[in-house]
Amino acid sequence: MSESAVRAEEVAGAVATSILPRKPQRRWTRFILPTYTGAVMVYLVSPILVMILYGFNKTGGLKVSFKWQGFTLAWYRGLFDIPNLTQALKNSLFIATVSTLIATAIGTLVALALVRYRFRGRQVADMIMFMNIAAPEIVLGAALLSFFVTLGLPRGVLTIIIAHVMFNIAYVAVTVRARLSGFDTSLEEAAQDLGADPWTTFWKVTLPLIFPGILAGALLAFALSIDDFVITSFNAGPVSTFPLWVYAAARVGVPPQVFVMGTLIFTFGVSLAAINLLLQRRRVRPALAEASGAADDVS
Amino acid sequence: MPDIDVRLERVTKQFADTVAVDDLSLDIEEGEFFSMLGPSGCGKTTTLRMIGGFEEPSIGTVYLGGRDVTDLPPYKRDVNTVFQSYALFPHLDVFENVAFGLRRKKVPKDEITARVNEALHLVEMTGFGKRKPSQMSGGQQQRVALARALVNHPKVLLLDEPLGALDLKLRKQMQLELKRIQQEVGITFIYVTHDQEEAMTMSDRLAVMRYGKIEQIGPPEDVYETPATEFVASFLGASNLLDGELGRQTDGNTAVQLAAGSSVTVPTDRVPHDLYDTQVKVGVRPEKITIEADRGDPAPGFNHVTGLMRMATYIGVSHQYKVEGPGAKELTVYVQNLGAAPAPSPGEKVRLVWHPEHTFVVKPSAPLTQEEEVE
Repeated sequence: MSESAVRAEEVAGAVATSILPRKPQRRWTRFILPTYTGAVMVYLVSPILVMILYGFNKTGGLKVSFKWQGFTLAWYRGLFDIPNLTQALKNSLFIATVSTLIATAIGTLVALALVRYRFRGRQVADMIMFMNIAAPEIVLGAALLSFFVTLGLPRGVLTIIIAHVMFNIAYVAVTVRARLSGFDTSLEEAAQDLGADPWTTFWKVTLPLIFPGILAGALLAFALSIDDFVITSFNAGPVSTFPLWVYAAARVGVPPQVFVMGTLIFTFGVSLAAINLLLQRRRVRPALAEASGAADDVS
Repeated sequence: MPDIDVRLERVTKQFADTVAVDDLSLDIEEGEFFSMLGPSGCGKTTTLRMIGGFEEPSIGTVYLGGRDVTDLPPYKRDVNTVFQSYALFPHLDVFENVAFGLRRKKVPKDEITARVNEALHLVEMTGFGKRKPSQMSGGQQQRVALARALVNHPKVLLLDEPLGALDLKLRKQMQLELKRIQQEVGITFIYVTHDQEEAMTMSDRLAVMRYGKIEQIGPPEDVYETPATEFVASFLGASNLLDGELGRQTDGNTAVQLAAGSSVTVPTDRVPHDLYDTQVKVGVRPEKITIEADRGDPAPGFNHVTGLMRMATYIGVSHQYKVEGPGAKELTVYVQNLGAAPAPSPGEKVRLVWHPEHTFVVKPSAPLTQEEEVE
């Protein structure tokens, strides 16, 4: 029986016990929280809408004007007209991709270790990850800079990547761990029982099953990396990234291409997240619906 | 004599502070349907997991087909397991679940298809290949789990309470089904359960376990008719047990002096030798007893006790009576509903009569604790 059916029965039972039909008590207060939530949503979404909108604004020159002057696709066509901005975006995409891949691999293994094994220092590891997430970025950025200076490592793409991997590992590990903690270990035993060695078991059973968690962690890492400003600004040296370029440009005026790029990055991120969500849904939803219908039609 | 398929030799498994399996030795023959039966925490699942390779014995040796496999990991053992939770891979469809083992062995594609279909046919799941595990009922998942194990033609199939999650009707049906499949494929089945009826229905032999040891091992009818301990007598079916002491032996019979006064006789060959001069319990199964009114002389050559009818319950196929017997012990009697005699009513004095051949003498056991009852 589905959950809603159970609930319906409970409701029916409750109704049956009171013989006289009661007047439904519908008070206006029930609108307070929904309205409030709606307002918060507007608050959350309006900056994004503004960004998307200004990508289509027909401004005269290269600098943005915050007056709506009509619709245009010129900025989409001339997306790469500003070479420095294009280079900064390329840098950002490269750094985000590489740091995400590395942080995802490292973070996933950390999560596996923390969930699967009881070892000394497990709680310390937990605390370090929490500290890493909670620590102010400005502190991490400054600390990393002095670290790189001490090592004599020239600032550039490499140091940015190292920095981004550092702050992304904890996010990935925490996300993957949440997925792993509900993992039925008898599935791994079943794989071994069927002749799969531990390596094959990992690739054929464990990894596919925790993949949505890994993907969620990777998406988070990518999002954090591509728009990181504080830590990057400490460790970038001569290299410019998308956020650094926008920040520098903001003092004189932001070209509309920035809004377009922001829109595209946003769209890309949202679609990945949506696909991930859909994939997970498809794995669970129709399954449940069909199972209740198909139940015991053979046996 | 058939070959020994699985042999456990003085196996002990110790976890942090408990001994799960205690110096256990066991031989299981090829092609046998063997059940390990016992309450929660008796060590049956641990024993099964040691055969499967999921637990390593602390002491002792495990042999499969004559080969020492004690140190082999599960993926190198020629056994397959049907897990309690089925453990079907949720990301693979039914076909790929069943094909998993064959793919690991690099079986050619055509053969995989043929064998998977054959296995699905065996468990009557033909046509379900494209389904995901979550799209099937518990009974169907159970069948797929069975097919996934059998398709590898293992030497031994291990089943860990595979029917535990199914409802009663489906469970009964699957019991017969499992027995049919086992006879069809001829593989050794080792079956773990806490359900005594299940074990009796399917097994060629069963072992009743408690505290990591085997209390009794044998064909179901032997264990049922002649239980070795009080624990076996009460765990496998219902028993009426009375305190007593063994007495005189006369032409093949031994008298048992009941604590409550009267005495009953047991054929001497049904009395374990090590029980003389100790406190024993003498027992009889509820269906072996006939009830008669407590008038006139009892028939000679039969055991009998008198009691007070306390409660009569009508169950349809039978009547079930609770009688207050000697020493205020409650005795249970099942009488098949033949529709002939009127049922005795509560408050009547009755005489319970049974044949000495149906009497057994057992060693007293500690009563079942609460932890043992939860499964």
